[in-house]
Parts: sequence; structure tokens; C-alpha cells
Amino acid sequence: MAIFLDSDSKVIVQGMTGSEGRKHTQRMLRSGTSIVGGVTPGKGGQTVDFEDGVQVPVFGSVAEAVEATGADVTVIFVPAKFTKGAVVEAVDAGIPLAVVITEGVPVKDTAELYTYAAQAGTTRLVGPNCPGLISPGQSNAGIIPADITKAGPIGLVSKSGTLTYQMMFELRDVGFTSCVGIGGDPVIGTTHIDCLKAFEEDPDTLAIVMIGEIGGDAEERAADYIREHVTKPVVGYVAGFTAPEGKTMGHAGAIVSGSSGTAEAKKEALEAAGVRVGKTPSQTAELLHEIVRGLQG
Amino acid sequence: MDLFEYQARDMFEAHGVPVLPAEVVTDPAEAAAVAERVGAASGGVVVVKAQVKTGGRGKAGGVKLARSPQEATEAAEQILGMDIKGHTVGTVMIAQGARIAEEYYVSLLLDRANRTLLAMCSKEGGVEIEQLAVERPEALARVPVDPLVGIDAATAAEIVQQAGFTTDQDAIADVLQQLWKVYEAEDATLVEVNPLVKTEDGAILALDGKVSLDDNADFRHPDRAELVDAASADPLEAKAKEKGLNYVKLDGNVGIIGNGAGLVMSTLDVVAYAGEDLGEVDGVLARPANFLDIGGGASAEVMADGLDVILGDEQVRSVFVNVFGGITSCDAVANGIVQALEMLGDKETKPLVVRLDGNNVEEGRRILTEAGHPLVTLADTMDGAARKAAELAVTTNS
Repeated sequence: MAIFLDSDSKVIVQGMTGSEGRKHTQRMLRSGTSIVGGVTPGKGGQTVDFEDGVQVPVFGSVAEAVEATGADVTVIFVPAKFTKGAVVEAVDAGIPLAVVITEGVPVKDTAELYTYAAQAGTTRLVGPNCPGLISPGQSNAGIIPADITKAGPIGLVSKSGTLTYQMMFELRDVGFTSCVGIGGDPVIGTTHIDCLKAFEEDPDTLAIVMIGEIGGDAEERAADYIREHVTKPVVGYVAGFTAPEGKTMGHAGAIVSGSSGTAEAKKEALEAAGVRVGKTPSQTAELLHEIVRGLQG
Repeated sequence: MDLFEYQARDMFEAHGVPVLPAEVVTDPAEAAAVAERVGAASGGVVVVKAQVKTGGRGKAGGVKLARSPQEATEAAEQILGMDIKGHTVGTVMIAQGARIAEEYYVSLLLDRANRTLLAMCSKEGGVEIEQLAVERPEALARVPVDPLVGIDAATAAEIVQQAGFTTDQDAIADVLQQLWKVYEAEDATLVEVNPLVKTEDGAILALDGKVSLDDNADFRHPDRAELVDAASADPLEAKAKEKGLNYVKLDGNVGIIGNGAGLVMSTLDVVAYAGEDLGEVDGVLARPANFLDIGGGASAEVMADGLDVILGDEQVRSVFVNVFGGITSCDAVANGIVQALEMLGDKETKPLVVRLDGNNVEEGRRILTEAGHPLVTLADTMDGAARKAAELAVTTNS
């Protein structure tokens, strides 16, 4: 088992004919993902060649791709200025999971496309500005390197791409059910809480790692959720203790405003909810190793 | 990007929000003529206001009433050059005076937690709104705004009603709809009027305002570069921006380069912990000097540009390059480092600690080992590398 994405997932790629879309489609194919189509307006009917003689058909719209292939996941690589339109199209086609990799999407567009998807009620959004998600050994929707680790009992949810990779690497001997990069923008589709809920319900996930960073109060709300609803062990990590007030640290959402959004407050909230919080990524991984040893012992 | 008050005022005016006549000056010699113009309709009374992107300027003496062009000149002389919470005043706005009867508050902002927009409105303006929200939350109406609809007439009426206005409902509802226009047309993340005033003769006016713009939307606003406050930008941050680097200057001595915002933030923290563990050595404490995310690419050019900016920081005594090769392979990063060091030549004088992991790491480490650059130390782990970089920062003679 895994969350949101598994070996039955049929994936299409919006923007597959662009350079990033093509490169990452090849990587997703190599990691065993079932890629059933690409979508580029005006290029319907073409095919794109990949390694080992694989040919992937291109459709002119998401609706046509879904109709022809039964796709249930779309990975979106289109440029920021077209992202809102691409998501609206995916929602209109009723596709259950839309993974938005694109970074630099205006937050007004994201607020609109999130509201549009929420009102339609048919589509889970992941991102924008995220690395996507992977269920090792089953499927990979996005840009997370598949060869870092293997399938195993840990669930991971993270605002940061490279910290996701780092944590997958630190825990490569244990392995993961699913790793979800939810992105570091101020407004995102799938949240820490959505993933915690899904991992709690997933019988194969035995322990959870949650990675947060400065900005907003998503970690604090996740802590409340954990206290009320999560019975599985959760280990946390928060980045940005040394970030100055009022400066955006790379991710558009990573900013301490006044006294809100600090790493310290997030760590305290998580610890108050019984989450063990590591001081560094390595120490966080070690906490999880301890838990896994306990589960096996 | 946060705007100055005068920039917010101009944006308000462009979208129909009622404001008073005002102009800015940077030289006190210009103040008298401006005061005469903008004060013509208010009996020569003007307000001279420091333009700084921080609160509390009134208390600091950065806002002065002037009753004549002569007084306006004197006020401008006093305020220009003033330091307000570390911000040097380079510009003052001279605005027409107003006789204030009542002060209100209105704002529209992005509500991250609820992933929607939030309008806030109160009959009690002119105060710190965070304070009001805590002390008397019932006095502050908070109304969610659907991003797909915005503040239409019905929403505006609801906000006004929830705030408890019993007079001037239509005029305040109009202001709310005009603020929505500012928000939408300018890709703002915050528009705030505090105070929105009612004058003694019954006019509703935005007397002071704050606007924050979404940098991600710059592609829709090609003229936005004019709003950037180049004068007060940190020179290293300005240089990094020119080179397209995501850099934030901090106050420490360990330069940091990494890939991915989360990993770089984490690297800063790990260096700070290593510094604390070491403690002060000869009065020097190892602390991160900057945030620099070189993203996925990490080509030789990007690495050289990054090192160039960091080595331009006189406080830096050692540099920590922390890369996890996800999509990028470590051999490309290692080649980037080697070539960057060649490009920099004698400019590179600070010790460099490099930690590589992930995609093709053995090859990456081999390349760096073979290059054998005297200033480069390879480290196996992120924590170990942070410790090494911190040690070098407190022991290097510079």
C-alpha cells in the first residue's frame, strides 16, 4: 500500500513536449511509472519517443487524454503563466490527482485554482512548487529521484524537495511507503494534515516523518491534528531557526513575519503534541531509526 | 515586496481609492514649493511623513504637522536622514492636512491558513491592528473573500455590516471594492488602509496605506522594477540578484552555498549549532553568513557566481558547500566547483568545506580529491561538514 499513488496509477504529463517535461517523463518511466500520455494544446496526435522504444501519445487536452487512456494522475510542468489554466483543465476533466511541479506561480492564481478545485471536489492538488510524490517501487509522479531508496514502512511529508531527498537518503536502509513533497508556497493544495491522515489510514505505514519550515502555521495545525488523530509514531524536523524576520528564504512561503511563523514555535507545538523533533536531518533520521528498531524488537 | 506609503498611495489613487493630494521630496529645498501646492486647499496645512518600511515612525518623530511652507521645510530637514529602527529616511511625503473626525481600519489579505482571501474591517482604526485583534477581537470584523469572486457589492455590504457601521455604509463599501481592484490588478498579497478616516466635513479618505506585492507575479507587471528600493538594498544582495542568485545576507562568518531552499535553511541551522557547540574562540563565534540556494543546476558559472558573492562578504572566514545531488549528479557539481575555483583564481582565498551526497557521489568525490585544491576539504556528512566549516571560521586568520 501507499498513499495517493500506487502501481495502478495511470499518469499523464501536462507539458511533456517541453524540455523539463520530457526529461522528467523519461525519469518517471525509468522508475517504473505507468505513463499513458502527454498533453500539449495543439500537439494532439503526435507521439514522443523515449528510451527502450517506448512511445507516449500526446493529446490536445486533458479531457481527451483521460477519455483515451483512463488516466487518474496528471503531473504538470507547464510554465507559471499557464499553470492556472492547466490545473483548471485537469479539474474540469475530473482527474483525481493533479501534481503541480511548476515554481513561481503567482499566489493569486494558486488561491484561485485551489478554490476552483475545492469547489469542484473531484481533484486532489499537490503543490505547486513541489517535487511531487513517490511510492517507491510502485510509481513516481514528479521529480523525486527514484533510486535514493526503496519501499518500506515510513511515510514522509515535506515542504522541501532537497530535504525530502536528504531524509530518504538518511533512511534508505528502512524505506518508504510514500514520500510527498507538498511544496513551500504560501498556498498549497495537499497539506501536512492531509498526508498525516492518509498515512494514519495506510496499514503499511508504521511511522511518519514530517518536515516543516518557517512561515505560516501549517506545522502548528498539523501538531493539533497529530494530538487528536494520529496513533502512529511521528518524528519531525523544522528548518529555519536562524532565518531573520521579514526575509523570504528561497521558498515564497518561507518567511517569519513579526513573531509568527518561527521555527521555534513550530518545534514547540510539535513537541507538545508528542512528536520527537530532531535538531538536524541526521538526528531526525536517527530518532526514526530508534523507532523502527523498537517496532521490530 | 513591501511598498513605501507613497507608492501605496499612488496605487490607491490609480484604482479610485480616495486619497489626499501628496508629493514626495528627497531634498528639504524642494519642500516649500510642494507644501504650497498640496496645502493649497487646506489653508497651507500639510503633514510631512518619513517614508520607511517599518512601523512606529510617528513615535520616532517621523511625522510632523506643518502650517506653512517654512515649517514644511524645517520638518523635512529634521526628518530626512533620520534613523527609524535601522532605516535611514531618504524620502518624505508631503500630504495635504485633513481634519479627522473618526478613524477606521480596512484591509484585504491572503489568508494562508484557509487558502483564501480575508477582509478585515473595524470602526476603531489608527491603532496597531494586531493589538486590537488580540485585545478586542469583537471590534474587528473578519470576512472570508472567495478568490474567484472578490469583493463584489454584496460582499462589501456584508463586511461593512459586520464591522457595525451605522453611517457612511455606502462610501466604505465603495472603498472596499476599490481595494479589491488594487489587490486584483496589482497582484497584491496585502492591501491595508490604516487609518481610513472620516473628515470633519464628512469625506471618507485613505490616510495611510500598506501594500505588499507578490514577486511571483512580476511577469504580469513589466514596470515593477521602478518600485524597487535600490538605495537601501544590501550591496551583496543586489549583486546576487543581478546574477539571478537566491541570496540573503546574514550576519555571520561561515558562507553557505547549497541546493534547495529547505536544505539551505537547514544548513544554516546546522552551522549555527556547530558554532554554539564550539563556543567563542578568541572572541569569534561561528555563525552562518548568508542563505544562498543555487537550485538544481549547480553549473560552474552558477557556482563561481555564488562563490564570488560570498567571498565579497568581508565577514566570511570559511565557506560550506552543501549539495544533495537529486536530479543534478554530484560529478557535475564537483566539476562546477573545480572550474569555479579556476575561474576565481587568486580571488578565492577562504577555506572551502564540501559535502556531497546522492546521485553519482563517488565520482563527485573522486573529482574533488584528484583536483586536490589546497583550500578544499571534503566531508562525509552534513553535520561533520558544518563542524569543520565552523572550526575553520574561528581558527582562520583573516
